[in-house]
Amino acid sequence: MKVEQISIFLENKSGRLAEVTNILSGAGVNIRALSLADTADFGILRLIVNQTDKAKQVLKENGFTVGKTEVIALEVPDKPGGLGGILKILDGAGINVEYMYAFVQRSGDNAIIIFRFDELDKAIKVLTGAGVRVLKGEEVYAL
Amino acid sequence: MIWNDEFETLPREALAALQGKRLRDLVDRVHGAVPFYRKKLAAAGFKPGDVRGLDDLSRLPFTTKDDLRETYPFGLFAVPMERVVRVHASSGTTGKPTVVGYTRRDIDTWSELMARTLSCGGTTKGDVVHNAYGYGLFTGGLGAHYGAEKIGAAVIPVSGGNTKRQIMLMQDFGSTILLCTPSYALNLAEVMAEQGVDPETLKLKCGLFGAEPWTESMRKEIERKLKIAALDIYGLSEVIGPGVASECIEEKHGLHVFEDHFIPEIIDPETGKVLPYGEVGELVFTTVTKEAFPVIRYRTRDISRLTLTPCACGRTLVRMDRISGRTDDMLIIRGVNVFPSQIESVLMTIEGVEPHYQLIVTREESLDVLEVQVEVNESVFTDAIKGLETLAKKIEHEIKDLLGVSCKVKLVEPKTIQRSEGKAKRVIDKRKL
Repeated sequence: MKVEQISIFLENKSGRLAEVTNILSGAGVNIRALSLADTADFGILRLIVNQTDKAKQVLKENGFTVGKTEVIALEVPDKPGGLGGILKILDGAGINVEYMYAFVQRSGDNAIIIFRFDELDKAIKVLTGAGVRVLKGEEVYAL
Repeated sequence: MIWNDEFETLPREALAALQGKRLRDLVDRVHGAVPFYRKKLAAAGFKPGDVRGLDDLSRLPFTTKDDLRETYPFGLFAVPMERVVRVHASSGTTGKPTVVGYTRRDIDTWSELMARTLSCGGTTKGDVVHNAYGYGLFTGGLGAHYGAEKIGAAVIPVSGGNTKRQIMLMQDFGSTILLCTPSYALNLAEVMAEQGVDPETLKLKCGLFGAEPWTESMRKEIERKLKIAALDIYGLSEVIGPGVASECIEEKHGLHVFEDHFIPEIIDPETGKVLPYGEVGELVFTTVTKEAFPVIRYRTRDISRLTLTPCACGRTLVRMDRISGRTDDMLIIRGVNVFPSQIESVLMTIEGVEPHYQLIVTREESLDVLEVQVEVNESVFTDAIKGLETLAKKIEHEIKDLLGVSCKVKLVEPKTIQRSEGKAKRVIDKRKL
């Protein structure tokens, strides 16, 4: 039920993001979703890719600091109030969202959103219990 | 292990008598042979024969780096060039290099002192000594080399650079003793980790590290990463090169100064007044046996402290604290004295942070701003911004706590701070004063 995400430490310098994408494309890794969080000095690039271990390895070889985190991917009804319904479930269970970002592709009629929680297992239990579809890792990498 | 039992364990009174006699000889020699010293001694009111013993030392004039520059290149040599067999010079990053010379007897003395130093780390003739100090004008490489040969150990004169090859040679030759700068030792450990070389598979047992200031926490890191005992050694080319003082493996606490050849003093850098044992100040040396390039009360600019507590190793020699800073590297930030080594010791107390840092000092609207750049490695990296911001805040807080100076911590990508194969560049001062 969990999806592996890699995160990369980037200094706020021109060309760093391009270098990451060049390294990944050179290794034949395809980026499925991404989000960039930034401060005045640095940024954290979070990626879902089709080959997590390979991506991590080539980036490390090129001197980047890379981490691996587990996140989950949810199907969210692509209509007004779709996301709100899910957040309401989480709020009801007292689960805090660390961050979230949207997937580019859709799953049928639904949007896909990546969530990072501090209590990942509890979140999965609560969401599946409420009938929300949590995508498997393989499904997400293959999208 | 003690190389020279007689001189390294002399009773203090016998040592003082020997130093007094040697000091008298030294002053007589330079008076006759070096016009610079003759003038300087005369200006301080000394006539030939005035110096009778150790008690007169504190009245003798200081020698400074500027004196060496003014007499460039050979003005302070106390023997004719026919008797000089070797010349070394400092890197000379500011202005002309400082040049030092050696007679054949000076080279013998130096070899003896480096044999003593290496013995402090337990080196014997059965050892394989990997000498990664730079060979050339720098005194490190050749100084250590001659000492290791004197002991009868097998010396690998690998010099600096080409780290991957150095690791291969250490594996293949079964090196047991490592000689290099402490920052290069960490560099070696880092490259070993990258190459998947387990230090346990090497035969290294001890490293003698010098030529730049380092800290107790850096020692622990080197010992943990390379699985060796790490000793601090001290020397400077103006005095002789490496071989002035060394820690012993028995206590690893303070460096024994080879006082039968060099008389150390600690002075107040502002007033020049001699400070008693136990007080921190600038280290000053008088070389009492050197022939070609003797110095009288040479101001090292290094900050240390002398202590006379007895040592488990049996040496009776005074111990100097590891160098905690330089009087001229000292940064004055908003009126507070800051030594880069203090910042380093803060970083080393924070779990997962490595001692790769750089200090950038700027001035914004007549206010000093200190930026501390720290590399983010995998053990401190998190996928959430707040984790890294907490880390930066924590470092800022700890530095403020220790130094009383606020700074801004900037997290940077790994390997962005220049790695040295020699001395580390820790400070970039952009203030235009």
